[in-house]
Amino acid sequence: MASEETAAAPESGRFRFELATPEALAASGDYGLVIVPGSEGDFGVLAGHAALISSLRPGVVRAWREAAGGLPPDEAPEVWFVTGGFAEAGEGRLTLLVQEAEPVGEMDAAEIGQLLRNAREDLEDVKGDDEAARDEIRAKIALLEARLAACSEQKN
Amino acid sequence: MAGLKELRARIASVRSTQKITSAMKLVAGAKLRRAQEQAQAARPYAERMENLLAELAASTPSQPPLMSGSGKHDRHLLVVGTADRGLCGGFNANIVREARRDANQLIEEGREVAFYCLGRKGRDQLRMQHGDRIIAVVENLTRPQPSFSRAREIAADITRRFEAGEFDVCTMYFSKFLSALSQEPQALRLIPAADGQSPNDGDNETTADGGRHRQSPSNANIAGDNNGATADGGRQSPGHGDSQNSEKIGQGQGVAGTKGASAVSRGAPEFEPGQDEILAELLPHNLAVQIWRGILENNASEQGARMTAMDNATRNAGEMITRLTLVYNRSRQAAVTTELIEIVSAKEAM
Repeated sequence: MASEETAAAPESGRFRFELATPEALAASGDYGLVIVPGSEGDFGVLAGHAALISSLRPGVVRAWREAAGGLPPDEAPEVWFVTGGFAEAGEGRLTLLVQEAEPVGEMDAAEIGQLLRNAREDLEDVKGDDEAARDEIRAKIALLEARLAACSEQKN
Repeated sequence: MAGLKELRARIASVRSTQKITSAMKLVAGAKLRRAQEQAQAARPYAERMENLLAELAASTPSQPPLMSGSGKHDRHLLVVGTADRGLCGGFNANIVREARRDANQLIEEGREVAFYCLGRKGRDQLRMQHGDRIIAVVENLTRPQPSFSRAREIAADITRRFEAGEFDVCTMYFSKFLSALSQEPQALRLIPAADGQSPNDGDNETTADGGRHRQSPSNANIAGDNNGATADGGRQSPGHGDSQNSEKIGQGQGVAGTKGASAVSRGAPEFEPGQDEILAELLPHNLAVQIWRGILENNASEQGARMTAMDNATRNAGEMITRLTLVYNRSRQAAVTTELIEIVSAKEAM
């Protein structure tokens, strides 16, 4: 839940970060550095970032409480997998509006692998030239591949 | 006066009705808490979405049809969100009444009207008068749980119909949850997203200002900014402020141009990829979010209305039991007295 007691404190090099999904606010708080999977490439957001509106591709969001001189510190970030959406940065805050957000730590690589295999089989099972159905499954596979990549990257 | 046996049966029947209504009240109360939490959890997203859209709309000169409409107001699609079940007081009837009133007025004006029913009760109540105007019915939206993917499917369907030219204007009717005791049926303009008004106001050109705003201030802000012509870079308080305020600023900046305005507060945001692409992606998504919001508000309202209605029903049943028991005891006493008199007088006669 959003709480007001941690209102933006820009002088500390941190900014207000919110990760919102239609079903809930997945994360909110003051962070120092957040790396966002923009549709045209990843970008990092530090405090005082210029106003920016970007769409997102499926990928991982990494967030650190403190930034080490604008670089990712050594400590492990908080990581979420998001399935696309929008980012809005500016005025000491960063808001990500995503369709789904899942903490990567809670993801199960084996399960995703199984889902991916099922989806690939489904793709082969599509009969005739039902391209719409194929595109739908391809989109699903792309999403699952991104999830799996996020998952294995995290484990290494 | 009814016989003793009938009275006993009647009391038993009211008593079992009371058991059912009080159980329904408890269930509705439990569901209400969940529904309310869910509606609250979804609010931040919807609000930030509105702000984002306002910001985009303010700085995008060429607006796609989902934003600005098809340029006509001839065919209306009324999305009527109701519950699947009854026994929740005037909840369904209130929403349908609102929709029906607008529909009748539109039909009188010679416009085409179609209904898109989210929930079985809406269809049931509209079928008599507008049976052939119902183009789709979606049921079981909240069972087992409301899910955003359902809202997205509905939004995709509505977008597809809009792009196929089936209608020009789309309005959603749902009940806003205020408290368990009061819910407020209301109309929300979905397409064009630029104006958030009831369909009856849609015709006059001054839609964005002045008129009745049935929505939150931040949404009125969207309307105000659009009115203020093409570009502005210098809104003092983006996403906030009342409609009057933003309208004034918007119109002023429309003339002043974009460049100098950034000195006032901050520059127009950068866009990745272009703002047109983002808007094209955002608008259908926004539609889903608005529908999702309607579904959640409706769900909470329904449970609240049911809880209140069942509470009343339980109380009424209690009163009825008291009254019937009184009548029952009196008749029984009368019967006892009659019997006694008979015995006494029989004894005296002997």
